[in-house]
Amino acid sequence: MTAAHRPRPVTGDPAAARPVLQGPDITRVVDRMAHELLEKTGGGGDVVLLGIPTRGITLARRLAARIAAFEGLTVPTGSLDITLYRDDLRLKSPRALEATDVPADGIDGKLIVLVDDVLFSGRSVRAALDALADLGRPRAVQLAVLVDRGHRELPIRADYVGKNIPTSLRETVHVMLTEDDGRDAVLLGPADLGRLDKAGQA
Amino acid sequence: MKRHLLSAADLTLEDATLVLDTAEELEKVSERTVKKLPTLRGRTVVNLFFEDSTRTKTSFELAAKRLSADVINFSAKGSSVSKGETLKDTALTLEAMGSDAVVCRHSWSGAPANLSRWIRGSVVNAGDGTHEHPTQALLDAFTMRRRLGRIEGLKVTIVGDILHSRVARSNVLLLKTLGADVTLVAPPTLLPVGVEVWPAQVSYDLDAVLPKSDVVMMLRVQRERMGAAYFPSVREYSRRYGLDVRRVTALSDDAIVMHPGPMVRGMEIAPEVADGVRSTIMEQVANGVSVRMAVLYLLLGGSEPAIGSDS
Repeated sequence: MTAAHRPRPVTGDPAAARPVLQGPDITRVVDRMAHELLEKTGGGGDVVLLGIPTRGITLARRLAARIAAFEGLTVPTGSLDITLYRDDLRLKSPRALEATDVPADGIDGKLIVLVDDVLFSGRSVRAALDALADLGRPRAVQLAVLVDRGHRELPIRADYVGKNIPTSLRETVHVMLTEDDGRDAVLLGPADLGRLDKAGQA
Repeated sequence: MKRHLLSAADLTLEDATLVLDTAEELEKVSERTVKKLPTLRGRTVVNLFFEDSTRTKTSFELAAKRLSADVINFSAKGSSVSKGETLKDTALTLEAMGSDAVVCRHSWSGAPANLSRWIRGSVVNAGDGTHEHPTQALLDAFTMRRRLGRIEGLKVTIVGDILHSRVARSNVLLLKTLGADVTLVAPPTLLPVGVEVWPAQVSYDLDAVLPKSDVVMMLRVQRERMGAAYFPSVREYSRRYGLDVRRVTALSDDAIVMHPGPMVRGMEIAPEVADGVRSTIMEQVANGVSVRMAVLYLLLGGSEPAIGSDS
């Protein structure tokens, strides 16, 4: 809602941030993920793409658009806000909520693909799984992320990964998408924030 | 930092908008099969009600439970209060049991403000005497925004017992913050002293104001708070200040009719109007749960409250 289209501030010295993926790279990566998704789900028939705000929603829409272009298949997309399910709620001031929009047919019996920009600790995905359980009972749940930067703190892995980027805990990963930030890029920068304030926390 | 919601004036425009936007998302929870969120797991909310209330108490209880907080309901009747315990001792006793927030209704204006100085947790004013009822104003604003798409610039007319109404005061303060134009309509005897400094216009002529109103909010005449007669008869009051079928035809097509409840059908509002298409009375009740969830989440959901006045 209020934060939905706020560009993510690039903290620290932007010049020190190193691009890992740029414009056309991201397009190719999303294309590949769309193909993988179609292959692994046997044509994507009962797939519902649910993006985790903010950039997960944008990525879910892009994946759906590519699937439509490749196969002529309309995949329902929606968004899943995880704020109220986070395990770090009590560490910060309460945050504004983002939209949760589940397609009208619901999620019961569907193959849900959660979409997020960065997979890091795995805590966002844990929260998303809890949020999903309160919305219904999917047939199965899969995970698609643009960047997997490692350092998992929970037993969670992604089914579709755009790019694996080995990072140190001190580094930050910024995903920028044209719809939200004006350009497509994945930036790897030196850490300037505490562990809990890291950008692209996942 | 300890923060409370004691008055609608505690809320800045940003605070109030945050509450309304949060309530908008939480409203969806009420439409789900599983109407429950884990957000306030392990927190305890005390409903401290020294005055009768069905709607507000149930609404706060449901809001806290939907966020997974533990709720303790405390009514003055049958409690130690009837044995002579003071408000302060009652509050400290409940706090000693580990409450994180106290939702307080009291017949004394200012009781929740006192409470906020005595206890460590957040205090939410659920109606104090003839003073304020901030969550009612928030749910009214939420209802207006849902029905009419905006609040800024709306012409809101509040009709009836302004003198005894905490709902009117909180609404005037909040609607001022949100940019609506408020007109109060009442017999002179039911207007408070000093109403001229309120951020609202005053009129004694309901028929003149109705055609210009986007929202008409009817208030109950609180006869339980009246010692003497404030108007000649119910019939005369009803004829001059009641919203009947004839008066509703003077409203513009999109105008809505609100009432905080409980209403006295046939006195301040005709049954046909209360049950009509313009009426938002049941929506207000439903919206109350979402708005109170938003207030509880924003006060208790994080490391420190996101809204309210500093103590």
